Amino acid sequence: MSPHTEPTLTSDRPVLEVEGMRIERTDIGAPIVTSLDLQLAAGESIGIVGESGSGKSMSAKALIGLLPEGVVANGTARFDGQNLLGLSERQWRSIRGRQIGMIMQDPFTMLNPVMRCGRILEESLLPERRLSRAERRAEAIRRLAEVGITDESVVERYPFQLSGGMRQRVAIAAALARDPKILIADEPSTALDVVTQREVLALIKRIQAARGMALILITHDLRVAFATCDRIQVLYAGSLVETGRADDVRELPQHPYTQGLLLSEPPADRRVRQLVAIPGSVPSAADVQDRCSFASRCRWAEDVCRDGVPPLAEVGDDRHSRCVRLPEIGAEMATLLSKSEERVVVPAEARSDGALIDVVNIEKVFESGGRTVTAVDDVSISVREGESVGIVGESGSGKTTIARMLVGLESPSGGEIVIDGIPVRSWRALSPRDRRKLRQTVQTVFQDPYSSLNPMRTIGWALKEAITTHDRGGGNVEGRVAELLESVGLSAGYAQRRPSSLSGGERQRVAIARALAVEPRVLICDEPVSALDMSVQAQILNLLQEVRTERGISCLFITHDLSIVRHASEYLYVMHHGKVVESGPTESVLDNPADEYTAQLLNSVPRPEGQWLATGDADEMAATRG
Amino acid sequence: MTGRAILLMIGKRLVALVVLVAILSFLVFSLVHIAPGTAVDAYLGGKPATPELVQLLTERYHLDEPFFTQYWLWLKDALVFDFGESTLTTLPVTDEIGIRLGPSAFLAVYAYVLTMILGVVPGIIAALRQRKLLDRGLVAGAVVALSTPPFVMGILLLYLFAVLVPIFPAAGRGEGFFDQLWHLTLPALALALCVAAFLLRHTRASMINVLDQDYIMFARARGLSWGHVLVRYAFRNALIPVVTVSGALLAFFFAGAVFVEATFSLGGIGELLVQSAQTSDMPMIQALAILIAVLIVLSNLLADLAYVAIDPRIRFEGRSA
Repeated sequence: MSPHTEPTLTSDRPVLEVEGMRIERTDIGAPIVTSLDLQLAAGESIGIVGESGSGKSMSAKALIGLLPEGVVANGTARFDGQNLLGLSERQWRSIRGRQIGMIMQDPFTMLNPVMRCGRILEESLLPERRLSRAERRAEAIRRLAEVGITDESVVERYPFQLSGGMRQRVAIAAALARDPKILIADEPSTALDVVTQREVLALIKRIQAARGMALILITHDLRVAFATCDRIQVLYAGSLVETGRADDVRELPQHPYTQGLLLSEPPADRRVRQLVAIPGSVPSAADVQDRCSFASRCRWAEDVCRDGVPPLAEVGDDRHSRCVRLPEIGAEMATLLSKSEERVVVPAEARSDGALIDVVNIEKVFESGGRTVTAVDDVSISVREGESVGIVGESGSGKTTIARMLVGLESPSGGEIVIDGIPVRSWRALSPRDRRKLRQTVQTVFQDPYSSLNPMRTIGWALKEAITTHDRGGGNVEGRVAELLESVGLSAGYAQRRPSSLSGGERQRVAIARALAVEPRVLICDEPVSALDMSVQAQILNLLQEVRTERGISCLFITHDLSIVRHASEYLYVMHHGKVVESGPTESVLDNPADEYTAQLLNSVPRPEGQWLATGDADEMAATRG
Repeated sequence: MTGRAILLMIGKRLVALVVLVAILSFLVFSLVHIAPGTAVDAYLGGKPATPELVQLLTERYHLDEPFFTQYWLWLKDALVFDFGESTLTTLPVTDEIGIRLGPSAFLAVYAYVLTMILGVVPGIIAALRQRKLLDRGLVAGAVVALSTPPFVMGILLLYLFAVLVPIFPAAGRGEGFFDQLWHLTLPALALALCVAAFLLRHTRASMINVLDQDYIMFARARGLSWGHVLVRYAFRNALIPVVTVSGALLAFFFAGAVFVEATFSLGGIGELLVQSAQTSDMPMIQALAILIAVLIVLSNLLADLAYVAIDPRIRFEGRSA
């Protein structure tokens, strides 16, 4: 940047001031973001919170001049006396990296796979600093130390030789190599495990404070934003619906969407009666540009909400909301919120005797490239009649391997699995009758509803196949399909549709209907909501709860999310490195963790209180991971 | 890593080569006995079977020995490049091949270099000008080149640049490096264009895929210049899949140039192969089959080594964290 621009900015003047930013596709003129305003002071952190389709990532790209071809941003984004949205590619080069830096979501794809980490850092340093080779290397090592990597050999390693958390640290170091004034972090921790997520966010906060850097954190997770940011901006279908200081927004949301998001997230510290789900799914910005973007899903929506775009009105000190009905519904919203905070105490019942699934001392060893990896190490679990059991653990803990062994996709290396009285160490050795019986006993709902349905076939076809495979008797198959669809909250008309015309939540409903087709006694749910938008997660969790109580079936919930097991299970197993480190009734395990690892997991769940990101053990842990 | 692991890989591949050639040599040797008529008929190659000639061939090829002894003796000769005499010209097979090896190798390498240049450069340009006029023009041109067989291309080039605008010779292979370069330009072009068109499309797709990757955007977000991002990121990563497909090309150009050799009267290995097949010239077929097999394995080995050199993920396979 040229030195003859403006004098140094005072702290009360924003470093970045965005006004009426509109992002649209040039070919069809469809808006992606209809209007975004933002004021970022030096050293401040702002969270832009939104689900997929909100336009949050496009906003980030617009602010660093990297919008994809065919997408343009209009409006003003004033930075250092110039409007960023009108800069040429040449002018952008003096801004990117030096003034505004960015890190992205996926540490696994962000770093060039064929370059050593040292080179990535060295090339990111300011080019006009003429450094010798040795000096550059020393600088790279110093930069790694800043992000908590003290192992100097990392400069010689390729990205694929590092863990996700380490890669994200290297990426942060690279993004900061030219010492930008503003860092845009686009979902920096979403692809990481809970423990690593906390470490990375803590690291970003620490560096931010040390450098006096401003931060724009883009996230789908309100809790993360509350814990990390001073101010929050909630973006929905391309327009801001609410802004305010983090604590204010958390305590009393002033827009039905923000409140809906808060309520649909199961709290980690207590169990609630039922999650308040937002119906439907996120519309596209183009479809709602002439009305309140949330009207179609809002329980309080009236004609006035669909009659033009409501203004983003000031509703308090540094507080804005786009809800026109706020004065009328504010009190009702507050009541709903306080009601949802009541804790439900689940009576601690003794576990029933009838074990549907009994896993005894099971073991699974994988061989790869001459190394043996013990994925599951001497694990015993049981699922009783009518019970919901949770298995919680991070990636690599072995939880999914257990699910795969239960449904016969893997064979255990040792130990015994008994399902409904039938020993099933090897599915291949089973008689066809036993196998059919087992398939009717156990059904699975997978994580990714996008790839678990055949895109070429209609929903009706998929359900019919599931029904007739297990029940050759025939009968009224069409009627059964309609019944199944209704039981998961979809109309019978969905039978004619193909997966591509369904939203993620709808697909997961179909996947659940398909699992229910054979009337199973146990449903294994492997991360059933982690691929879904936050506002849709609650719908699916409620649906699973309903299905369970109505049909009296057992559930095995496999997830990385402690809040979900708290909400959805009565008995809990905590897994770490292939072993069960703790088990017991969910409430008592989560309220009084006996194992150190369980405590660490609990500690990693985002919470607004200041100490969540307080560092300390986080960095030492990073050094031992790797 | 480790030079040792690379040497180990080369070693393994060379052992595989030896095994492959051993099996192939047996099959190739058996041809003589599988062919219609007796082994003597095969070696006669249509010449009148005078008792003296039969006697001579029987002695030369040990035809009175048991089958496996014959094979063993044949193999011992083959190891010192003695495959016998061509039944057509009665000259030693190795000499016949030797005369044609030079020009064929020259043509193959020349065509290979042209293919890489004419395929990769426009492929990258097309990807950078995606959906613009230049891109569409290049892709359309590639479709035309892809659907024109090399001998048609050869005749077309011959007419354009040797008859209409006579800047290149119409026939012959030339002496010395530059003379050969001048003589073989049109044949090499004719050979290269079709394959280059395929490579263009492959490079374009690979480049478009790489340009869309997160690491490209992240590099630009750090303020690296577009040129730096192109060279250090896009080209290198986009060429990894290109290198893998280019491996088999060299051997293909070497043995598959028969139409072009005929069009430009070059008299190369391809022509020899067709000729020996037509005249059932057994010793020649045996020698050529083994030569081509060795070339295919070696050029694939070269491509794999190049792959290892440019993609570290291969080097660390199975050892990553």
